[in-house]
Amino acid sequence: MFDILSGAARVSLVLFVLCGFAYPLTVTALGQWLMPFQANGSLIRGEHGAVLGSQLIGQQWDDPQWFHGRPSATTDTDPKDATKTISAPYNAASSSGSNLGPTSQALEDRLVNDWKVLDDADPDATRNALPADMLTTSGSGLDPDISAANAALQAQRVAKIRGVPPERVAALVERHVAHRDLGVLGEPRVNVLQLNLAIAKEFPMK
Amino acid sequence: MTLQSALQIALTLLIGALISIPVGRYLARVVTERKTFLDPVCDRIDNLIYVLVGKRVCSEAMSWKAYTLHMLTTNLFMAVIVYLVLVFQDHLPLNPLHFAGVEPVLAFNTAVSFITNTDWQAYGGETTLSILSQMAAITFPMFTSAATGFVIAMAFIRAFTVKSGGADIGNFYRDLIRFTTRVLVPLAFVLAILLIQQGEPQTLDATVTARTIQGAEQTIALGPVGSFETIKHLGTNGGGFFNANAAHPYENPTPITNVVQALLMIILPASIVLCFGEMIGNRRQGWVLYGVMGALLLVFLPITIASEQAGTPTLVNAGIETTPTLVQPGGNMEGKEVRFGIAQSGLFATVTTSFTTGSADSMHDSFTPLGALALFVGMMLQCIFGGKGVGFLAALSYGIIAVFVAGLMVGRTPEFLGKKIEKAEIILVSLVLLIHPLVILAPTGWSVVAPYGLASMANAGPHGYSEVLYAFSSSAANNGSAFAGLNANTPWYNWATAFVILIGRYPPIIFMMGVAGSIARKPFTPATTATLRTDTATFGLFWFATILIVGALTFFPALVLGPVAEFFAMKSGQVF
Repeated sequence: MFDILSGAARVSLVLFVLCGFAYPLTVTALGQWLMPFQANGSLIRGEHGAVLGSQLIGQQWDDPQWFHGRPSATTDTDPKDATKTISAPYNAASSSGSNLGPTSQALEDRLVNDWKVLDDADPDATRNALPADMLTTSGSGLDPDISAANAALQAQRVAKIRGVPPERVAALVERHVAHRDLGVLGEPRVNVLQLNLAIAKEFPMK
Repeated sequence: MTLQSALQIALTLLIGALISIPVGRYLARVVTERKTFLDPVCDRIDNLIYVLVGKRVCSEAMSWKAYTLHMLTTNLFMAVIVYLVLVFQDHLPLNPLHFAGVEPVLAFNTAVSFITNTDWQAYGGETTLSILSQMAAITFPMFTSAATGFVIAMAFIRAFTVKSGGADIGNFYRDLIRFTTRVLVPLAFVLAILLIQQGEPQTLDATVTARTIQGAEQTIALGPVGSFETIKHLGTNGGGFFNANAAHPYENPTPITNVVQALLMIILPASIVLCFGEMIGNRRQGWVLYGVMGALLLVFLPITIASEQAGTPTLVNAGIETTPTLVQPGGNMEGKEVRFGIAQSGLFATVTTSFTTGSADSMHDSFTPLGALALFVGMMLQCIFGGKGVGFLAALSYGIIAVFVAGLMVGRTPEFLGKKIEKAEIILVSLVLLIHPLVILAPTGWSVVAPYGLASMANAGPHGYSEVLYAFSSSAANNGSAFAGLNANTPWYNWATAFVILIGRYPPIIFMMGVAGSIARKPFTPATTATLRTDTATFGLFWFATILIVGALTFFPALVLGPVAEFFAMKSGQVF
């Protein structure tokens, strides 16, 4: 009996130190030394080194002069009542999806409503069926990407507001399409933050 | 399924299959203590650990009872450590966001969940756990729970290789330590570097604050994610660093990491089957079982992909394009990430439930009814490769039933790998196969009539019931993924899932070890022409059918009420 207790306790402690501390801390040291950019969150910095965001983490864009990401289902604690949550899109401190099922009335209402909002703002955009990612929320609520079709659709609006020919914005979007990894894996996509940084640089608002 | 999807999936599975061959042989060398290339380094580390743990206890031969007792006691100690770290995280260092100690019932649920390789999470990682907890209370048991499952399976196989009627099935500590230092730690370490290169953070900071171009402030959670992700998948654990699990761009930044992490889930459960063939000296037998499991995977995987790609009437009615084109993914993208699209999401979801990992790169709660059906099947059968070690044992328990039934049909004494299968083994195996549906169906039934069970559902109609059925299927299969809309952090679900996890994990292991003990004592009967061979394609087909028939008879009614009902409701345009 003593053998069992002593063996079990000791092996637990040894593995606790090895797997719970030695392993993650060694990997952290190596990661920080070899790949500090990635290890610290792939942050994009502006002038004077201020952090503008992470190239991997989506942000909320609402101004029509920018390309918009997908809708986000993330929430935050209601500042007025800590037991409740409120909608807080792209809350990168609390990731989550909508978790609405395929037969959900709430999902249907949201989609219909978002379509109307889009239609009011930009009737040209809704003339054809919308790209599959445009009204749907992502799994994390922090998706940094949109599909190429989604970006191309928005290029019209962005070009109009910025007063540049639509072909030039479309060409910029085209250059920002990341193809499938290794030519096969995943989907073609456009990183919204990087596209917006490029558009601000090439076609600044007058 | 589009050609593009088929290509991505075929490529991933092919790579997985090719890697599992050398890894299976390597595992067999580790378990049978033959020379391996890591010996010069690992022997030294192991010897030091043996001294720390106690040289004698690490070298004595153990009977099945001693082996199981040492395993259970060790798991108990580890659970206590995890529980204490969680509850007292506010008094421990590396808590930069000053999170409070984890509430005791939630901490109990979490300790049970992670020590058993389940990784069911009733909390969101980035809003609950300190950096220290993520390492010492979560990353730590991810290694040991995987190792525990593996060594149990190895001890079971040894029972068939004991030829002299001895009772010795190995030494628990030696197995546990060797598997950790020679397989888990080196693989996790090397691949963590690759995942960090792809963009997973690896820092002791908990947040960074950005000021966006639009002038808003965005607080971004991060932490030691790379080291967490490798062992999470390699150990078929599945608990997320962040609430959104592997859908979070920091946990899974690119399609490359998605495939690597899917392969990490696949490698060990697939290799164990081939390791089994090596250990019993019959590679053919290993391949027959491998074929049975592979065939099951290939039956259900395309269902998920096709169903997700087809989309839903709700999406079509809302003016959304569900047909894929070169510039947009089509299908049901609610709860899915653009970089993964339909194929990588469907592949990951099927792999995570078949190999009972529980990691999720898309929200299963938003899957189409038939897409989700295949995920249920993975967890209910729990032997489409299954979790580390236990999936293999579940498949063998179906195999023993198949041998028994086939033996009755042809009028021969049932034998499996040269050992007679008799009453004692059949009773124990039947118990193993009965516990699983019992702990899924009974609490599901209770939850859908009790007000505190119903209150947690996020979706109405059959989908709400599916959320509950999924929760208990996931707990019982030690999977850990969720229909995450269900509010699981309530006293009822915390207690109920914790007990389902415990009953779904330990009694089957104990019974299977009992089978091992009984088998080990039996004399080895050489095969004759009258022996029913189990290493043939015919028996493989019979094995496959046994799994499907027993599984379908057990779970079909429960599935009819959930995903199947929802499928017909969806087709008739009904919403809830």
